[in-house]
Amino acid sequence: MQSVPVPGRGRRGAELIEHLLRRAGFGATPDELNAYVDLGFTGTVSDLIDYEQVPDAVDSLIGKPGYAAITPRGGFLPAQNITDARQRWVFRMVHSGRPLQEKMTLFWHNHFATAYSKVAGAFGSTEGARYMAAKPSEDPNRVEGQIELLRRHALGNFRDLLVAVAKDTAMLVWLDGRTNVKGRPQENFARELMELFTMGVDTFAEADVYAGARVFTGWNLTRPSNAYYTFSYVASQHDTTAKEFTFPVYADGGKTIPARTAGAGQQDGLDLIAAVARHPATGPRLARKLYDFFISEVGRRDETLIAELAAVYYDSDFEMKPVLRHLLMSPQFADTSNRYARYSWPAEFVARALKEVGWTGFSVNDTLTPMSSMGQQLFEPPDVAGWEPGPGWFSTGGMLARMNFAASLATNQKFNLRTLARDSAKSPESLLAFLLDRLTAPSFAPESRRALLDYARAGGSWTGSESQVTTKAAGLVHLIVGSGDYQIV
Amino acid sequence: MRGGVSAFTVSFAAPAFLSDLARAQGRTRRNLVVLYLSGGNDALSTLIPYNDPQYYARRPTIAIPAASVLQVGSDKAGNALGLHPRLGGLRSIYNAGRLAIIQRTGYLNSSRSHFAGTDIWSTADPRTPQGTGWLGRYLDTLPSPVDPLTAWATTREVPRTLQARTVGVPAIPSVTGYAFASPNGGVDAQYARDSATRIASHVPVDQPHLAFVNATAHGAFATLDRVAKVTSYVSTVTYPGDGFAQALRTIAGAMVKDVGTKVFWVQTGGYDTHSAQNPNAANGAYSNLMNTLNGGLSAFYSDLLNQGLLGDTLVLQFSEFGRRITENGSQGTDHGAASVMLALGGGVRGGIYGMAPNLRIAPDNPTLENNGADVHYETDFRSVYARVIDAWLGADSTSVLGADFRVGAPAFL
Repeated sequence: MQSVPVPGRGRRGAELIEHLLRRAGFGATPDELNAYVDLGFTGTVSDLIDYEQVPDAVDSLIGKPGYAAITPRGGFLPAQNITDARQRWVFRMVHSGRPLQEKMTLFWHNHFATAYSKVAGAFGSTEGARYMAAKPSEDPNRVEGQIELLRRHALGNFRDLLVAVAKDTAMLVWLDGRTNVKGRPQENFARELMELFTMGVDTFAEADVYAGARVFTGWNLTRPSNAYYTFSYVASQHDTTAKEFTFPVYADGGKTIPARTAGAGQQDGLDLIAAVARHPATGPRLARKLYDFFISEVGRRDETLIAELAAVYYDSDFEMKPVLRHLLMSPQFADTSNRYARYSWPAEFVARALKEVGWTGFSVNDTLTPMSSMGQQLFEPPDVAGWEPGPGWFSTGGMLARMNFAASLATNQKFNLRTLARDSAKSPESLLAFLLDRLTAPSFAPESRRALLDYARAGGSWTGSESQVTTKAAGLVHLIVGSGDYQIV
Repeated sequence: MRGGVSAFTVSFAAPAFLSDLARAQGRTRRNLVVLYLSGGNDALSTLIPYNDPQYYARRPTIAIPAASVLQVGSDKAGNALGLHPRLGGLRSIYNAGRLAIIQRTGYLNSSRSHFAGTDIWSTADPRTPQGTGWLGRYLDTLPSPVDPLTAWATTREVPRTLQARTVGVPAIPSVTGYAFASPNGGVDAQYARDSATRIASHVPVDQPHLAFVNATAHGAFATLDRVAKVTSYVSTVTYPGDGFAQALRTIAGAMVKDVGTKVFWVQTGGYDTHSAQNPNAANGAYSNLMNTLNGGLSAFYSDLLNQGLLGDTLVLQFSEFGRRITENGSQGTDHGAASVMLALGGGVRGGIYGMAPNLRIAPDNPTLENNGADVHYETDFRSVYARVIDAWLGADSTSVLGADFRVGAPAFL
């Protein structure tokens, strides 16, 4: 695959499409980029958003030659072993034909941040992995782990996603909904539903949290045949009295969820979820998060675009596809001043490095410890607010972890890189030019470029020998991928 | 987005000056270790008012029996108090007069949000909890250029408390991983490090995000050789194997190796005990938390005592809020208000500061708030900070905190 000639940035539209793929995906291999350039920008946006047209075949590639390897531990069991679940997810980021679906799954994982450790603490490690990552097709009881739920709703309807998350087994453990019962309400889920999942801090009162907790009483778990845990509305545990809010719950402005019989009480939660999805703070808050994720984290947000995205959100009754289409087709997205204006997440950095450097003989298992050192262990966000994207990723320790991942990948790919670079290694300059093009970094400042070139030249005159190309190609890949410039996408 | 890019002016001093700087910037070896219990610590399970009948009435399943608490005497108002049964090491430190327990610390209109609460405790600004942290502002008062190892976060991220306007703070969760690897050995590895260091010293003013990332990389290069010295530290006691205790061990190593750090940050989590808090069960969630806390701090205390460094060390513990007084239906507690702070070290005047809440629900009970649901604060947390800044760090608390909070500060230092 990697012997195909690099398309080169001279190709019309290639830079914009590279930008699109770094943002709406995890970067692109030279092959992938070629194929997307053939589709053109608009065609690529459609391909990314209307991903149902692309076969969901990535899992069938696991273990096949020509793709990144996985490391089985006596069997590859992503529905039962969280390390294998992490491997599968990184593999999907690198190889999925539906990169935006994968990217939005990561976005929602951060938004509905749920940690495996708490679920495993409640039910044991095998069950913990199951409720985080099992696919219905591989589970004896068709359990759908949270990440599969998020993937299924990746660009679906946000209100439907909220309902699904409220009934998700891992979430019912994570925010303690499983123990929320009449007379002893549990505030955890209701608070975070408003503060983190929808409206945002300072948009509601403490009284709303207390009322919200009562709304979700009885939204618990059951265990059919002792075989698995699943959502169950337990009518006898539902608080049937009326619940009053400080914000409108109903379209007519009504702020009170009426007293209902226990049997009909599940409707309370659906009413509240619809209300927080519709709340005037939710659309702009989601729009800001999407803006930071897809457009820019530098300078002021473009409030016009935020307002447009929020309007599309409300007008489409919370459908995410129109929101993403508007965002990716906006002039702000294509604006060259927004290129290289985001701090890459560790997952983005690692997947892009594999796509651009190469993976033959590399196991995604070897991304997991480095990602953890960079501050992002998948299925283990630090708290209910998720990771802190942006400059927060870049501590000295986190930056060293990125440099060191670049070193280990370059070491592993030494001989593949020599093969790729051989024809471009007439001089240190041509070797550097070849690698800079392949790695889609922004143009380095002259002094940084000189530092790279000085490295390529150091240690003796250029002969272009096999051993020299092996050493310097790997060394340059390490320096480029480990540079500050490469961390910005 | 938190802080961060506003701090793109961070400057990590050039490595050549490091040892001189460390020498010049106060030969006092005094240091501060800030300990954050993340999630909102249930103060009523840490320090138990075991003679208050309301404590048992409002916590039918999670109250700690009077017979099991580790008694530490009474506060000024005569409320008998005891530490959690797993805090035996801390009780010994208390008995040695080196542990201060500051009750009901907090602020007016306490936030029940983890994030707003943490930001408030970090910035020491309940009204606009944004921007730099209180210790970041202390770092900003030090004469420039500030040695890049003046502060050290043992976490993967630099907490807001340490975010400064002009000083970059390194995050060093593990000293062994804090090294620069290279695909090639020998002299080529040195070429690579030289080149990477040059790339990192490019700080473009028109690209604040790249400037920030490069400054961070530069900070790594400026600190990693000294941090490497800590890998050879041999402690005088065996620390528990958990991450919290190991972080404290690293801090002790940094002190003994004299790398020049004045402010350390360490944290341990799991305090968001909404359910199955089980403070009594041997392996209950809260017992495990106390066990971790006690194990790490006890080892650290003994190690520093043996190394002759206890007198130079102050540990200051906080959490973003306390928890609801009445237990919930899940044998846990929801988010509340005032909590407890601990201070430990050779310079600490041990004892119990402040008065325990009266847990009886009544409109005229000034020690509670939120219709009697939560503990109302008595000591403004900023007065504790003020004491630390003035009496320990030797800086001016009014300029660091933006106002005078010295009045009513507990005299634990």
